[in-house]
Amino acid sequence: MAIKNLPREECYLPGSAACPGCPATMALRITFKALGKNTMMIVPACCTAVIESLHPHTSFDIPTMNIAFEAAAAGASGVEAGLRMQGKTDTTVVAWAGDGGTYDIGIQALSGALERGTNFIYICYNNEIYSNTGIQRSGATPYGAWTTTTVGGKTEFRKEMGEIIQAHHIPYAAQTCIAYPEDMYKKLVKAKGIKGPKYIEIMAPCPPGWRFSMEKTVEMGTMAVETGAWALYEVENDKVTFNGKSKLILEKKIERKPIEDWIKHQGRFRHLFKPKKDVKRIKTIEDHIDLIWERYRKRHL
Amino acid sequence: MKKYDVVTTISYPKKGAMGKTGTWRVFRPILDKVKCVKCLRCWIYCPEATVIRNKDDTVDIDYEYCKGCGICANVCKVKAITMEREGKKK
Ligand SMILES: Cc1ncc(C[n+]2csc(CCOP(=O)(O)OP(=O)(O)O)c2C)c(N)n1
Ligand code: SF4
Ligand code: SF4
Ligand code: SF4
Repeated sequence: MAIKNLPREECYLPGSAACPGCPATMALRITFKALGKNTMMIVPACCTAVIESLHPHTSFDIPTMNIAFEAAAAGASGVEAGLRMQGKTDTTVVAWAGDGGTYDIGIQALSGALERGTNFIYICYNNEIYSNTGIQRSGATPYGAWTTTTVGGKTEFRKEMGEIIQAHHIPYAAQTCIAYPEDMYKKLVKAKGIKGPKYIEIMAPCPPGWRFSMEKTVEMGTMAVETGAWALYEVENDKVTFNGKSKLILEKKIERKPIEDWIKHQGRFRHLFKPKKDVKRIKTIEDHIDLIWERYRKRHL
Repeated sequence: MKKYDVVTTISYPKKGAMGKTGTWRVFRPILDKVKCVKCLRCWIYCPEATVIRNKDDTVDIDYEYCKGCGICANVCKVKAITMEREGKKK
């Protein structure tokens, strides 16, 4: 799949409230291209609810329903049931939430919808923080990262959402990243073609939240994958397949890059480099990534 | 466009729902069509959908809404896009 084969159609309309360099709108564009116009989206409180822009206008040319922070998957379940009762089973129902709305506050509704077998796609764009309310830590924030609620750097590791999702044994789950639009597109199209609950998580580096300059969003995504801080994989009926560079890292065909290559460009990790390099905490991050990859290899090689 | 008569708050799709976001720009992407190899990386990565993909896969920039993030310039492998400060005297 080459870039030129991706559809021209746009359901994200320019001139929204998103910050310049926003990873969420990048992901939305690809999502709309992959799923097409016959899609309904349920959006809880998060940046995306703001990116929709102000009443009486919206930047999304797709029916979108806003709902309470914790209720994305519950809302999607209701919309899916309503459509089913009307015989409109060809409409793709999407819940679209941030990592705060997914890892933390919406996890109960999400788990419930997956367990009930709701026919929908749950998409989490993961910017590793609660960005809409001004950068607070979430269960997805990595160890060592500054947020307004982890001033000296987060002291815990991020939650392994992928494993929590896999414990539901749903027909399809995948991790992708805004820097790999073709990978993202392929996974979304595949999810659309499968009945039952699907989960897709998109790594979404956020310039104001991570404190990097706005032209670097794609680079930060690429480096997340190349350093192994993020993995591209998909899970089809419990079979896990790694994709792209992540596959090569898994099979040890390439070495993952040192984590410094990624974090030194992000102001949220600046305290690990200035005034003095915090070798110990950088090594803690590095060791944790190694541990995760060893676990991946043990299970999936 | 079809309007719905229901008792809830409904917004309707509109380009420029937050106004002309081109005014947010500090740096302006300038495209050199001679250098461009039509790879479409700028088009697919532009967060604002303001890199216009023409029929023949050449690209143009929609300055009315482009927010000047510089991603298009950064992802272009042949450096066909450069960022110039707005209002710079020639
Ligand atoms: C029950 C409840 N608690 C808190 C809020 C305030 N709130 C709105 S958006 C948001 C953060 C959302 O974070 P995330 O889901 O990660 O999405 P992002 O903003 O990063 O896109 C919070 C805390 C709310 N709307 N409802
Ligand atoms: S804070 Fe981050 S995710 Fe939210 S609109 Fe801005 S760039 Fe996008
Ligand atoms: S990224 Fe550069 S070469 Fe590719 S289409 Fe855009 S301007 Fe042309
Ligand atoms: S500067 Fe940013 S918003 Fe403007 S065209 Fe380039 S990528 Fe799009």
